[in-house]
Amino acid sequence: MSGAEPRRGCALVTGASRGIGAAIALALARDGWPVAVNYRSSEQEAQATVALIVEEGGSAVAMQADVSRPEQVQPAFERISGSLGPVLVLVNNAGVRADGLALTLEDRQWHEVLDTNLTAAFRLTRLALRAMVRARFGRVINIASVVGPRANPGQANYAAAKAGLIGMTKTIAVEVARRGVTVNAIAPGLIDTEMTADLEGGLIDAVPARRPGTPAEVAACARFLASEDAGYVTGSTLYVDGGLSA
Amino acid sequence: MSTAITEEQVEQVVTDALASFGADAEAITREATFESLEIDSLDLAELSQIVEESFGVELKGSDVATVKTVEDAIELIMQRAD
Repeated sequence: MSGAEPRRGCALVTGASRGIGAAIALALARDGWPVAVNYRSSEQEAQATVALIVEEGGSAVAMQADVSRPEQVQPAFERISGSLGPVLVLVNNAGVRADGLALTLEDRQWHEVLDTNLTAAFRLTRLALRAMVRARFGRVINIASVVGPRANPGQANYAAAKAGLIGMTKTIAVEVARRGVTVNAIAPGLIDTEMTADLEGGLIDAVPARRPGTPAEVAACARFLASEDAGYVTGSTLYVDGGLSA
Repeated sequence: MSTAITEEQVEQVVTDALASFGADAEAITREATFESLEIDSLDLAELSQIVEESFGVELKGSDVATVKTVEDAIELIMQRAD
């Protein structure tokens, strides 16, 4: 345990059954946070993440909820707060893709991506801020993307959602800064996960580091932003992209 | 539970909350404006939470946006508690 000596509360990581979310859940647990491992449908993988945390001596529970469905999120959030304590670290990581050129992108694809990647993050943040403001401590970490600040043909919906997350991050950060609550974004570039498995081919050449990042490299940044040490970092976006945005 | 709330209880909770937000305790009177107490919208949002936790009375953001003085807030809470 280092950095963040956890207070009486827990961390909630959305979309934590695999990939970046699972790595962040593990990293926060290593800092001593009890972690709620949210998942939508991958129960086995979420349970595997929980098991890994418990094996290392940490504490975690799986939390089923489709974050884009408020009627699922609110009761699940309240259950977690009841069993693990108030959510003092919220990592809005759950994300989906539904790619297509703008010319042919359907409303359904637009809404699916905006609902999960942006609106759900707002709703969860609004819920979690209540306890954070009262506790005079809180960490909201929004997992954005280099896509948004940068173009990526075929992802107008994803880019809009991720750019929206960064804008939301800045404004909410300013609103709650004097209550000891920080709100930051992480913008991963090409990270080696299932979600990007179909992308890697030629993209690597555009990455100055000439390799994809790992979920653990993103998680290390989340762990820092969640820590006491990062108390003066707020409203920022931390790029974890091997130099892609530089 | 809301029927048992007295105005004195509400005043106490509101006064304590405002002081906890950094308002000068001696300046907190019923007539004092939030502006004069340097109480802003974030403080009022937190006051709404405290009122909800203390009395089970839910205040909407749009309600709270209209209050100007400590007395306005107490009256609003008493109204919503009815």
